[in-house]
Amino acid sequence: MCGIAGVIHRGGATGVGQEMTAMLQSLKHRGPDSTGFAVYGMTTPDEYVMRLKLAEAEDLETDHKIRDKIRDRQAQVDKRLAELGVVTLDVAEPRPYAFRYRLRYAGDTKQLATDIEQIEGAEVLSFGSALELIKDMGDATRVSGQYGLGSFRGTHAIGHTRMATESDVDIRSAHPYWAYPYNDIAVVHNGQITNYWIMRREMERLGHRFMSNCDSELLAVYTANNLEQGASLEDSLRTSIKEIDGVFTYLVATDKELGLAKDTMAAKPMVLYESDDLVALASEEVAIRAIVPREIDTSDPYDEEVRVWQR
Amino acid sequence: MAALTRSAPSEQELKSHEMGMHTEQLTGRSQQQFFDIDLNEKHHGFGLPDTFDVDFNKRAEIDASNMDAMAVNKRIRELMQEGYGTIVLKNPGAKHSLAVGILNRLNLIIDGSLGYFGLGLIDGPNVRISGRVGWSCAENMMSGTVLIEKNAGSQFGAAIRGGDLVCKGDVGSRTGIDMKGGNIIVGGSTGAFTGFMMQRGRMVICGNAGKNLGDSMYDGVIYIAGEPQSLGVDAVWGELTDLDKEWLERKLRMYDVMPKGGIGSFRKIVAGKQLWNYDNLEPTEKKLVL
Repeated sequence: MCGIAGVIHRGGATGVGQEMTAMLQSLKHRGPDSTGFAVYGMTTPDEYVMRLKLAEAEDLETDHKIRDKIRDRQAQVDKRLAELGVVTLDVAEPRPYAFRYRLRYAGDTKQLATDIEQIEGAEVLSFGSALELIKDMGDATRVSGQYGLGSFRGTHAIGHTRMATESDVDIRSAHPYWAYPYNDIAVVHNGQITNYWIMRREMERLGHRFMSNCDSELLAVYTANNLEQGASLEDSLRTSIKEIDGVFTYLVATDKELGLAKDTMAAKPMVLYESDDLVALASEEVAIRAIVPREIDTSDPYDEEVRVWQR
Repeated sequence: MAALTRSAPSEQELKSHEMGMHTEQLTGRSQQQFFDIDLNEKHHGFGLPDTFDVDFNKRAEIDASNMDAMAVNKRIRELMQEGYGTIVLKNPGAKHSLAVGILNRLNLIIDGSLGYFGLGLIDGPNVRISGRVGWSCAENMMSGTVLIEKNAGSQFGAAIRGGDLVCKGDVGSRTGIDMKGGNIIVGGSTGAFTGFMMQRGRMVICGNAGKNLGDSMYDGVIYIAGEPQSLGVDAVWGELTDLDKEWLERKLRMYDVMPKGGIGSFRKIVAGKQLWNYDNLEPTEKKLVL
C-alpha cells in the first residue's frame, strides 16, 4: 500500500512544492518508508537541472570513509562535465549524498547522463529543464524540509509515499522514477506488477538501463521506450494497460502534461477532483482536502481509465 | 501469560543449537475459559453490546475539524449514551473510519464527505450524507438506511447483510461484493465487478455498469436501467415480474431516485446457478456418477 498524488494548475505557477508536501503528509499512513517529489518549475532556454545522488543515505552510517568517497565522486562528476563542455551555473548539496546541478549544455543529454552514471555510486535521479526530482527516507514534511521544497513554485507535481513490499528501503527504490533518458518525465506508481521480470528482460534487450529491483521502475523505463517509438503519453498509458500485468494505478508527468492510468481490475484507489483551474488526484480524498479544504465534488476513475491533463 | 523457562540444555539441545535449531518449552497458566452459570452473560463477553435509549428530538452537533476518527466515534457513543437521538456531524473532512460500529437507532446527519471505511458495521441508524463517501462505505452493514447525495468509491456496501444503502451519484468498482442481504441502490453508474459473489439481497443500478456485472453471483437480484459493459460468469438475464416493478417503484420513490426511462427501463439479472457450487453431489457421490 503506497500513496500517490498529483496536482496540475492551469493558470500559471504557484506553490506546488508546499501543496505536494501537504498532500503527501496526509497520505503518510499509506507508506512511511520514503517520500518522493517530482515538481515542475519554470524553464529557462538551454538551462537544465540535474539531480543526482552519489551514495545511499544509509552509507553515511555504515561506511566511515563515505564522505571522502563522495568528495572524490563529485570531483569526477565535475571533471566529466567539464570534458563534455557543460557550463555549471551552480551546485547545491541539500544532503551530504544528494546534489543539484544547474547546467547550460547544448549537446546530447542522454550521453551526459550515461557518462555521469559510469562513476561509481552515481545515479542521475532526474534531468530536465523543468523537472526537479527529490526522494529520500522519511515522511513528506521531513524530506521537504531537508530539500527546501516549501518555497518551490511551479505548475504541476506528482509525489509518492512508499510502503516497501518487494524491494529495499533506500533512495534507489523510492519513487518517483525518472524516465531515463527523457528529460522532464517522471512516474509514480501504487501497485504490484506481476510480469515485471518478463518485461524487464524485454526492456533490457532493447538496451534500457535499470538502477533498482523495484517493479515501479519498469513503468518509467516502459514509458521512455514507448516515447522513443514515437507514441504520445496518452498512447503509452493506454498500451500499458494491455501489456503490463498486475494491479496498478500510476501517474506520469511531463513538462506540460499529467497522465493517469488504472489497471483492468481497478484494484488500486484514486480519487479525482477537477475544476477549471486545478486538477488534483490522490490515493485518498484526505490528500485533496489538504489543499482544497472546502466541500468539493470528487469521483473515482474506473477500470482501464486513462486521462491526460495539460498545464 | 505463558512464561519461558530455561534450564541447563541437554546434549541433544546443545547439538541442535549448533546445527542452528532452537527449541524452547512453553509453560504457564491455561488459557481455557470455563462458563460459570452463576455469572451473567456480559461477564463472559456474550451479552448484547451496549445499546442506548435515545430521543430523536434531542439534537447535538459534533465539529470534527480537529478531531481524529477515534475521538469522533467516541463522542457519537457518548451522545447516544446521554440520550441524543439526532446527531449532526460537521466538517468530517473525508477522514477515514468515521461513524463506525453504531448499533443503535439514531438519526445521523453528516454534513460533508467521508473517507474510507465510513459507516462500517452499523446496525440500525438512519444516516444522510450531503457529500461523498470513499472506499468500503457501510461494509457489513446490518440494518438501517444510508443515503448519500454525491458519489461513492469502490467496494460500496461490501458484504452488507441488511438495510438500504443508497448513493444518488456514481459508484466505483466491486459495488456490493459478497453482499448477503439488504438493498443497494445506485442513482448513477457503477464500475467493474459489481455484485461479485453476491449471495442474497437486491441491487438497483439506474445508470450503466462496468464489465463482469454479477460475476459468480450465488443468488440475489440485480436490476439495471442502463447497459452493463458485460455480464459476469453465471450471471443471466431474468424476467422482470410485476412484483419486481412494484418493489422498484416503492423503493425508488422513497429515496427520490429514478432513471430517465422510469421503472419500465429496468431489466433483471439473476444467478444462472451453473457454477460448481450448485452441484449438490458430494465428492464421493460424484465419483459414483462419473
